[in-house]
Amino acid sequence: MIEMWQYDFIRHAMLAGSALAIVAGLIGYFVVARRLIFTSDVLSHVAFPGALIAIILGVNPLLGVFGFALLTALGMGTLAGKTRANDVTTGTLLAWVLGIGVLFLSIYASGSSGANSSAGINVLFGSLFGIHAREAWVVAIVGLLTTIVLLSIARPLLFASLDPAVAASRGVPVRLLNIVFLILLAITIAEAVQAVGALLLFALLITPAAIARRLVARPFTGMFLSALLSLLFTWAGITLAYYFPYPVSFCLTALVFVAYVSVVVVQRVLRQRIYQRRARPAHAPA
Amino acid sequence: MTMPTSALTLLLQPSWNPVETLRMLLSYHFMQNAFLAGTFIALLAGPVGYFMVLRGQSFLGHALAHVGFAGAAGAVWLGISPVVGLLVFGALAALGIGALGERGGRLSVESDIAIGTVLVFSLSLGLLFIRLASSYAANIYAFLFGTVLGIRDRDVVVIAVMAALGLLVLAVIARPLLFVSVDPEVAAARGVPVRLLAYAFLLLLALSVAVAVQVIGVLLIFALLVTPAATAQQLTTRPALGIVLSTSLALIVIWLGLSVAYFTDYPVGFVVTTIAFVFFLLARARRGWRANAWRPARIARAGGVR
Amino acid sequence: MDMKQPVIEFEGAAVTLGERTLWHDVNLRVLPGEFIAILGPNGAGKSTLIKAILGLIPLSAGRIRVLGRTSHRGSTEIGYLPQRHAFDADTRIRGRDLVQLGLSGTRWGLPLPGLRRLWGGDRTARAEAKRVQEVIDLVGAAAYADRAIGELSGGEQQRLLIAQSLVTRPRVLLLDEPLDSLDLNSQQAVSALIHRVASEFDVAVLLVAHDVNAILPYLDRVLYIARGQTVLGTPHEVMSEETLSHLYDTPIEVLHTRDGRIVVVGQPEGVAYHAHDHAH
Repeated sequence: MIEMWQYDFIRHAMLAGSALAIVAGLIGYFVVARRLIFTSDVLSHVAFPGALIAIILGVNPLLGVFGFALLTALGMGTLAGKTRANDVTTGTLLAWVLGIGVLFLSIYASGSSGANSSAGINVLFGSLFGIHAREAWVVAIVGLLTTIVLLSIARPLLFASLDPAVAASRGVPVRLLNIVFLILLAITIAEAVQAVGALLLFALLITPAAIARRLVARPFTGMFLSALLSLLFTWAGITLAYYFPYPVSFCLTALVFVAYVSVVVVQRVLRQRIYQRRARPAHAPA
Repeated sequence: MTMPTSALTLLLQPSWNPVETLRMLLSYHFMQNAFLAGTFIALLAGPVGYFMVLRGQSFLGHALAHVGFAGAAGAVWLGISPVVGLLVFGALAALGIGALGERGGRLSVESDIAIGTVLVFSLSLGLLFIRLASSYAANIYAFLFGTVLGIRDRDVVVIAVMAALGLLVLAVIARPLLFVSVDPEVAAARGVPVRLLAYAFLLLLALSVAVAVQVIGVLLIFALLVTPAATAQQLTTRPALGIVLSTSLALIVIWLGLSVAYFTDYPVGFVVTTIAFVFFLLARARRGWRANAWRPARIARAGGVR
Repeated sequence: MDMKQPVIEFEGAAVTLGERTLWHDVNLRVLPGEFIAILGPNGAGKSTLIKAILGLIPLSAGRIRVLGRTSHRGSTEIGYLPQRHAFDADTRIRGRDLVQLGLSGTRWGLPLPGLRRLWGGDRTARAEAKRVQEVIDLVGAAAYADRAIGELSGGEQQRLLIAQSLVTRPRVLLLDEPLDSLDLNSQQAVSALIHRVASEFDVAVLLVAHDVNAILPYLDRVLYIARGQTVLGTPHEVMSEETLSHLYDTPIEVLHTRDGRIVVVGQPEGVAYHAHDHAH
């Protein structure tokens, strides 16, 4: 356990991973509460064309991912109109965004003398062990700032997420909060691109929050449990990846997947037991 | 995947004579195969996509496409036919998502979470398989975005058979499936096997993905499933017409996509998704415009009834 | 002149969910053309009663016979309208298709035009289309039957759903809170429609309701469920202070307003509210 800490790449991975895990766990709680699971998946995919266009234009990939994610979020809002962004518009937009990704990929591939560089792959799948000190610190600081903003708007955001109509009538700026939330989500995704990759961020975003919501009903306890679970998964994932020859992202998502399936199965079994125990005395007198 | 196209662009220019253009398009064997395979895929994706959109399961379709990535990569690692890996993984994931996310009503948050979790896990599993098989980045891209121009004769046959099989199953379950999708409670009371149909449809969706992955890739099969169907449902509320429209649109989109990509530098995936998206926007705009035109009448009627 | 055969018979029926017996010893004989309301507080098991008739929920005691047979799923002789929320605004299916599904939605395979003619099925298809049009006209939904169901108002959706439940020409109609979420005018119009169906076509109607007043003028009998017990009788027998106080085991006031409405005051509503709405 201690020997792995002497490596720089582990320390950087731990730093960036922890920051990301906390933000993802907290934001994920709202993503699930607001039923934005599909939407956030789309925003993660957007990272792909976003990062590629940034590389083509020669700007920082983070900027490209952030800008694209934000544009898509706004696009979804416009297409959906007044109703909640629905399944179909979300899906249709996602399909097109992926198509744009293909275009950028072809431009990128032909631009860099035909060499199929792994930059695109890294955007999608990340490389937590390949992260440098400066990048790790950037992720940590951005993560900290995001967390502070999120926690400061947590209560009105929760209100607006659960009951937008009532929240609006009580003077909560629901629209503004929606926009701020989407911006925070876009930042988190941009931040995640380097560390765990856009697609795998999703594992930290959705599943710990889902497990937390299954275990506790109190919103703030749930939020912190979600962040804690996300953190534990990340640490365990990094440790596993250090000792076994598998990619970090695989260890991480495999852990998350197993944890989720176990919780669902255990809860179902328990519920059935309780149901049967209750059913017995009722049958006895009859 | 754009390399062969860009090289050919110098030699080939579209002619104003449509017959001549068509002759040019189909003069190469790989283009004939691409057109054939694309046609079969569109024929299956159109109707299946119609039901997917109607049932509100776009996210599920998207996730099953990602599962295809793991399936294809796993098959490469094990040295078996990608179609086998695609089918096995697709079926497993479809059943797993069904079991994890099932909770009475459809479209619950719980099923979205189950879908998301399975999606991410399959992605990373696919990544693992690729590392184990020590493939290069190019292979990942091939799975993700397809290789339209590298389809062999055998692939075309496999795709045709699987598409026919899928269509046959869909034809048998179409009406009860429509009933269940629109009105699950009444359908259940009338003795329609709701759960059986739900799982059957999941497997059909997995099959459609498996058929299409080699040609248009994991990420773009979704475009062929969702966008034509969504467009069709904007244009008509009649189920039979909707299915026909959805299929026709899928066909048009893939033919146009292949043709444009052949004569220009743009990759097939980009052209296909962009044309499909433009159709969708037009259909939406048309519906929005007509809804606006009707508005005064609707208000008058609503006011009259209440 | 022989007596009409009952279409639904409950004999000492009981339903137990988990540890809770929802109701027991229910005895009920429903005759053709009868219009019966099922009333009671939330969680009393009104919807469960409907589902038991449909064979969707097993009985823990007694039996239910529908049209002379033990209740089972999938009968076309029972029209059913479940308790529901409105259709999603994105449901891009016509109201007419919804009604049509009530007729053909249980059939496997596709109607093939060529084959159909061989079997004389073309006439069947035309007859079916005519039947669909008939029920749409009957419920007065012809004006909007060809629009997407998601775009319609709650009352319009409800009329089309009633048309769907009628399209198989059932002899029993089970309606689970069909008047809920309708405005007063629609409530009255839909009630009158249901009454017309019951009397004109000799259909037995069981209707779960929250508020008895909209249907009061049309009712033959009332089945009141509370605290696991049931009371059956004419509306005025059941909706009396004596009966309800006995049923609830607590003083209940029943007020009759000048326009003939009944207001029940003091029933311990909401006791099992959450258990009902979320668990089932």
